[in-house]
Amino acid sequence: MKEVLIIFAHPKFEQSRTNKTLVQNVKSKQAVTFHDLYERYPDFDIDVDYEKQLLEEHEVIIWHHPFYWYSCPPLMKQWIDLVLEYGWAYGPEGNALAGKKVLQVITTGGSEKVYCAEGRNMYSVNQFLRPFEQTARLCGMKYLSPFAVMGTHRLSEKELENYATQYRQILTCLQNDQPIQSLKDCVFQNDLPELKNLN
Amino acid sequence: MTGSILFQAIVFLAGAVFCVPIAKRFGLSSVLGYLLAGILIGPFLLGFVGEEGGDILHFAEFGVVMMLFLIGLEIDPKDFWKMRKTIVGMGGAQVAVTMLLSHGLFLIMGFDWKVALTVSMAVSLSSTAITLQTLKEKGLFNTTYGASSFSILLFQDIIVIFMLGALPLLSTVAPSHSTDSHGDGVNLLDNLPLWLQTLAILLSVVAIISAGRYLIVPMLRLAARTRVRELLTASALLIVLGISFLMELVGLSPALGAFLGGVVLANSEFKHELESTLEPFKDLLLGLFFMAVGASINFMVIRENPGMISGILVAVIVLKAVVLFMVGAIFKMKLDQRLLLTVGLAQIGEFAFVLLSFAFQLNILDKVLMDMMLVVTALTMTLTPILAILNERLILPRYGTKESEKRPVDHIAKKHKVILVGFGHFGSTVGRFLRSYGVEATILDHDSGRVDFLRKMGFEVYYGDATRMDLLESAGIADADILISAVDYPDTTFKLVELVKKKYPNVKLMVRARNRYDAYELINMGVENIYRESLDTSVKLACDVLSRMGFRKYTLHRQAQKFIKSDEEGLRRLAKQSRHEEEYIFKAREEIAMQEKLLEEDLRRGFFTDDHHWDSEQMRLAQQ
Repeated sequence: MKEVLIIFAHPKFEQSRTNKTLVQNVKSKQAVTFHDLYERYPDFDIDVDYEKQLLEEHEVIIWHHPFYWYSCPPLMKQWIDLVLEYGWAYGPEGNALAGKKVLQVITTGGSEKVYCAEGRNMYSVNQFLRPFEQTARLCGMKYLSPFAVMGTHRLSEKELENYATQYRQILTCLQNDQPIQSLKDCVFQNDLPELKNLN
Repeated sequence: MTGSILFQAIVFLAGAVFCVPIAKRFGLSSVLGYLLAGILIGPFLLGFVGEEGGDILHFAEFGVVMMLFLIGLEIDPKDFWKMRKTIVGMGGAQVAVTMLLSHGLFLIMGFDWKVALTVSMAVSLSSTAITLQTLKEKGLFNTTYGASSFSILLFQDIIVIFMLGALPLLSTVAPSHSTDSHGDGVNLLDNLPLWLQTLAILLSVVAIISAGRYLIVPMLRLAARTRVRELLTASALLIVLGISFLMELVGLSPALGAFLGGVVLANSEFKHELESTLEPFKDLLLGLFFMAVGASINFMVIRENPGMISGILVAVIVLKAVVLFMVGAIFKMKLDQRLLLTVGLAQIGEFAFVLLSFAFQLNILDKVLMDMMLVVTALTMTLTPILAILNERLILPRYGTKESEKRPVDHIAKKHKVILVGFGHFGSTVGRFLRSYGVEATILDHDSGRVDFLRKMGFEVYYGDATRMDLLESAGIADADILISAVDYPDTTFKLVELVKKKYPNVKLMVRARNRYDAYELINMGVENIYRESLDTSVKLACDVLSRMGFRKYTLHRQAQKFIKSDEEGLRRLAKQSRHEEEYIFKAREEIAMQEKLLEEDLRRGFFTDDHHWDSEQMRLAQQ
């Protein structure tokens, strides 16, 4: 079973209904390490050595955060800036992360409809996530198509439960090294046919 | 015209109010101010106070008793037990050698051996009142010098009991009335056999210790529960008076008993209440005591025997000083601490008044000799504070720890000069962090042990009182950018700030403040950068508590920043108010009023709920 590391960044987790439900479902799952950045580093003073060690110990990395202003919360960016060091994560000898899988899990207030050329956000979520995709690629990691929970303001409890179950199932797939959709095949993990059936 | 109590009170109070500020103005200790006030109002200058000065002296000795009670309160019984070796060792050596030498001296001068012995007893004792008051004023209580002085004085307090007990053995006549100040009444145990006396003494010590636990604390609780403030004052006075009475009854020194009582109560919840209640009484009585000493200097006796008195005076001070210096050497004190001790305890103390007059009643001393020795005693008490000043200003800078040491120029040639005053727990943290950034602050400190150590570690350190302009100037304040004050004692801080603001207004002041009150004062003095000890750490603790209860750390972190910021703003706003309002009399009441104001501010601002950033709930509600 592959070890999964969830790097979670939410500055106001206690107020987020969606993320609370999502996290609750995966937090205590077997072989999953839940790493809460804002709780661990409230003063943004990231322990880089510890972070590197965590990354080395896991094969699957999840970047889980709300989608703020078309990007991640600042501590997540701080994490990327500090931890993914030249000579370790990238560069001629930087191959500590090579071969690991990265899955981005995001929550957005706006629905899927507004994230397209015709919608008011002009671009799709995948387009907005390009910097992350490229970051992972530069580190030699395999960037999977993201798992997005969108339109969170209007989600019913039932829908939310479904998303949470999906999240859990995706993790199980990743742990068992079962084939999972790569970015080329589909836009979101949500689009996986077997997950669709759950709805 | 000196008859009425009212008039006497006015004379003493006026003397104090007039002389002490003058002494302070010239940088002298208040002790000297009181002594000079005493001389001024005494029978030989203005003549406001006549023979009754002696009675006042006895009354005022109660100030010494209170002081020892308060000192006892500061000492944890465990620490006291640890000090036992120093007390017996240093104190024993000091008393024994001083007695031996002065006994020889007075024998050579042609006195009878009994007289010589009595006088040497008096000479071996030093003044608790003067020494401890000076130590407190200068904040030197926790130095080696302070601890050694205290140990020696404590030993003297114990040994004086035996001296008083031994005096009758030297006498050929039985004392008709023992009228020494410590036993105005009749000593209950006089007629008992020796072993019973000893037993009674031991029993009374046990009585104090157990009364502290099982009688005094419950009594204070009862008094506190009534919420009548003056009842606590009454209880505090009752405790000290009661202990003194018990001690006198069995012939022990009330000061010693009070000290013991203080130690027993040091761990009780009423420690601070007792301290703040008794402090003003103690200060006033001590002031009265010093004035009475000044007033009791009989200048007639001096005029009759100027050569003899000045001879004895010099001999006594030199002899005591030499012995203290040697004792300091034996106990491996550093040279400058030793010099401080040498001068600090070189006077004859207030117990001498008791011993000498008791010996006079026992017919061991004649009137002339007693008067002479009383004058010598009072004069030594007046002279040693002056000698201490000379020692600090002239001798210490040359020997002992040097005020400064030359250092290679490349170190001093730093672009931004920072002066750090005080390298205690607070200052050292500041200094260490600055050093981790390669910023070498010039350090000023008044603890010579620390100074030597810091020099070994390569710091540029100046030794001495930071409120002396010349020392600040030699430390280079003229071209300093920043002066950090990490001083413990608020008075020193204020003095330093005032001095620097006046003469070097361009130096940026960064000042440690113990609490809000000190911070107000500093704000009103025009200091911008104030660092309260009781702000950041307390908030951090509260954050950790809340985090433990399950609140999110990052939210707490933001909330804490906000809280600190608004507290600082509130501080500045309230500082302006505090200047206009009339002074509060009771500190406790003032504090409650302050807390009330702060809580009102918090409530008004209500900042615990207005942090809506990243709050999806708000958007969700808006969209529905």
